[in-house]
Amino acid sequence: MFTPQIAESAASGILWLIPALPIVASGIIALLKQPMRKLSATLAIGSLSCSLLLSLFAFGHVLVGWASGAAVRETINFTWIRVGTAHVDLGWILDPLAAVMLVMVCFVGLLIFIYSTGYMAHDENFTRFFCFLSLFAGAMLGVVIANSLLLLFMSWELVGLTSYLLIGFWYQKPSPAAAAKKAFLTTRIGDVFFLLGMVWLFAQTGTLLFYNAGMGSMEALKLGGLLATPAGLGLSAATVIGLLIFAGAAGKSGQFPLHVWLPDAMEGPTPVSALIHAATMVAAGVYLIARVYPLMQAGVQLSASGEAVGSTVALTVVTWVGAGTAVFAALIAVAQNDIKRILAYSTVSQLGYMMAGLGMGGVAVGMFHLITHAFFKSLLFMGAGSVIHGCHEEQDIRRMGALKIDMPWTFITYAVGMLALCGFPLFFSGFWSKDGILEAAQHWSVAKTPFYLLVFGALLTAFYMTRQVSYVFFGNYRGHKEAHESPPVMLLPLVILAFFAMGLGLVGTPAWPWFRAFLEGHAAGFGFAGFNEPGLLAVMAASSVVVLLGLVVAWRIYGNKPIKAEDPDALEHAMPTIWTLLEGKFYIDELYGATVIAFYAWWAGVADWLDRRVWGGIVAGVAWLFREGAQLGRLFDVNWVDGGFDKGCEELATGGGLMSRIESGRVQIYLRLLALAVVLLTAILIWSSRG
Amino acid sequence: MTVFATPLAGYLLVAALLFAIGLAGALTRRNAILVLIGIELMLNAANLNLIAFWRYMPHPEALTGMMFAIFSIAVAAAEAAVGLGLVISIHRHAKTADLDEMNRMKG
Repeated sequence: MFTPQIAESAASGILWLIPALPIVASGIIALLKQPMRKLSATLAIGSLSCSLLLSLFAFGHVLVGWASGAAVRETINFTWIRVGTAHVDLGWILDPLAAVMLVMVCFVGLLIFIYSTGYMAHDENFTRFFCFLSLFAGAMLGVVIANSLLLLFMSWELVGLTSYLLIGFWYQKPSPAAAAKKAFLTTRIGDVFFLLGMVWLFAQTGTLLFYNAGMGSMEALKLGGLLATPAGLGLSAATVIGLLIFAGAAGKSGQFPLHVWLPDAMEGPTPVSALIHAATMVAAGVYLIARVYPLMQAGVQLSASGEAVGSTVALTVVTWVGAGTAVFAALIAVAQNDIKRILAYSTVSQLGYMMAGLGMGGVAVGMFHLITHAFFKSLLFMGAGSVIHGCHEEQDIRRMGALKIDMPWTFITYAVGMLALCGFPLFFSGFWSKDGILEAAQHWSVAKTPFYLLVFGALLTAFYMTRQVSYVFFGNYRGHKEAHESPPVMLLPLVILAFFAMGLGLVGTPAWPWFRAFLEGHAAGFGFAGFNEPGLLAVMAASSVVVLLGLVVAWRIYGNKPIKAEDPDALEHAMPTIWTLLEGKFYIDELYGATVIAFYAWWAGVADWLDRRVWGGIVAGVAWLFREGAQLGRLFDVNWVDGGFDKGCEELATGGGLMSRIESGRVQIYLRLLALAVVLLTAILIWSSRG
Repeated sequence: MTVFATPLAGYLLVAALLFAIGLAGALTRRNAILVLIGIELMLNAANLNLIAFWRYMPHPEALTGMMFAIFSIAVAAAEAAVGLGLVISIHRHAKTADLDEMNRMKG
C-alpha cells in the first residue's frame, strides 16, 4: 500500500473551478436570447472543454503522485455554517476515484455536447437545452469532487433537477411531462432515505466530511464509533446509515424497486438519455456507494493480506439488489420494441452489475464497469439517436431494418458498442469489466446465487442486443421514409467513443490491472501471472461461452429474416404468456398504480374530504362567529356612536346658525350690543359692590 | 385737604350725561360721520372722568390723570382719522355714508 499524501496542491486548489465553469456558463446562457444558438453552444462546449483540461491536469497530478508511490488524497475543507459549537463543513477532494470520474464525465459530456449541436439543430429551444445541459454537467462534477456528504447531496439534488428539466424538455407533449414528474418523484423517494441517513450520520459523528485528517466520517475513528452504536434488530448504526444511503443511490441508479422512472426518462432528447440516463447521473448512485465504501464495508473481517473476508450486511443487500436488478431488467429488455427503451432497461441491468460488483468485489470492480459502461452505453445511445434522427424520429425497431446500408458509420460504431455491452471476448472493454464482476461473484463467500444470476444476465444481454441490432440494421427496411446517414458532427463523437469502447478494456485486464491498482493506491505490475488466479480462466471461458451462446441463439431467431412490421415477435409465437409478462415490464408500473398510487389517491381523497368538511367547517364556523360579532359591532356603531355623533354635530350646526344671526353686518347693531353689555356689566358691578 | 366748590359727583354726572348723549347719537344716527361724532363725545366723557378722578385723588401733584387724558385725546384723534378715512373710502365704494346700507360685514 502507498502512504497517503494529503498535503494540498495546485491541483486540488483549482478543483472547484471544474464544476463552477459549466455552472457559470449555464447562468450566462440562461440570460441569452433564444436565437443566440451559436453563442450558447460555444459557451457550453467551451466551459466544459476548460473543465476537461483542468480535470486532465488534476488527473495528471494524481497520476504523478501515484507513480511516485503516494496515494493522493487531497482535501480542501471549510466551515459553511456555524451554530454555537456545532458547525457544518463543506469541502472537495482529489483522489484517484474523483480524478477518474472527473475525466470520464468531462470527456463523455463534451462529446455529447458536440453531438447535441447536430442532434438538436432543428429545435427552437436550442439555447434552453444547452443551459440545462451545462448546469447538469456542473452539478454532476460537483457530485464527483464533493468531500462532504452535504455538498454531494446538494449537487445530487441539482442533478436530479436538471434531469427533471431535460426529461421534460419537450413539455408540450404530455408523455415527457409525465415522465419528468415520475422521474423526479421516484428519485425523491430514495432521496428521503438518503437525507435520513445523512442526518443520522451527522448526529452520530458530528461531521459530514468524508475525509478530514482522521476526523472525517469515512475514517477509522468515526467508523469505529458508528459500529459500536446499536440501531436495533442487531444492526449497527453504520449498517443502517449505509442502507439508507444505498436507498438514495438505488433511486438515482434505477435499482429495483425504484427503477420505474429510468425507462420512462427516455422521453427526453436522446443526447440527454446518453449523458444523464446512461453515462453519468445514473452512475452517480454507484459513485456514491464507492465514495462511502468505508462505511458500507465497516466491520468486515480482513485477512492477513488485507483482503476482505466475508461481507457486511450493507454490502450483501447492495449485492442482492444489484444482481436481482441486473437479471430483472435484462429480462424486460428482451421484449421491448422501442430502441431507446431497450437501451434503458439495459442501463438498469448494467447498473445492477455495477452495484453487484461494488458489493462483492470492491470499489475498483464496480467503478471499472461504471467507466467502461459510460463509454459504450453513451455510444449506444448516441448511435440510437443517430438512427432515430436518420429514420425521421421513428423509435420502433419493428419499423427499421437494413440500416447497415444507409447508415454505415452508425452501424459500425453501434456494433462496437453492442459487442462491448455484450462483453464480447478479448477486444472489447465490456468483457474485461464484466469479467471482473463475475470473477468477484464467483469468489464471494456469502452465496453463489448472484454469480449464476449475473451469468444469466450476461446471456440475456447478448440476446437482447443481438435482437435489437438484427431488427435495426439487418433484414429488410420496414419504415415509410428513406433513411439517411447523420451529419459528421454527430458521427465524430461516435467514432471517438467506439475507439474507447474497445481500448478502455486494456487498463483493467488481469494481465495489467492498472485501474484497480490506481484506485486502490498500490503499484500495478504487468504480467500474465494475473491469469493464474484460481478460477479466473474458467470464469472468462464461461462468460465467453455464454456471450457467444446469446449471440448465436438470437441470430438464429432474428438474424436477417425478412419480416413485416406488424408481425408478432418470434419469441411471442413460442411462449406468448412469458412474452406478455416481459413486454408488460412485469407489470411493476401497474402494481405501483394499484397499490402505492391508489393508496395515495385514496389518501388524497380523504385529506380532501377532511379539508372540505372538517377543517373547512371549523374555519367556516370561526368565520361565522366573527362575522356575527362584527354585525353586532356594526349595530352598536350605527345606533349609538354614529347617532350620538350626529346629534352633537346637529346641535353645533344649529348653535352656529343662531349665533351667525347676530353677525348681521350692521355696525350699529354691534354697537348696540356693546352698549347693552356695558350697561349690564355696570349694573353687575354696582349690584355686586352693594353686597 | 383742598376744599372744592363742586363735589366729584357733579363732574361724574356731567360725564355720564355726556357719555349717554354720545351713545344715543352713535346708536341712533344713520350717517357714519354723526356716529363718529357720537363716539368722540363718549371718549370726551371718559376724559372728563379721568381728569375729575385725578383732581380728587390724594396726590394731584403727580400729573397722572392729565397725562392719561392727553394720551386719550391723541388716541381719539388717531381713531377719528382712521374712522374718517374708512368712511371716505366706503363712501367712494358704495356711494353712500348710510350705515344701514352697509351690511356686508355679516358672518
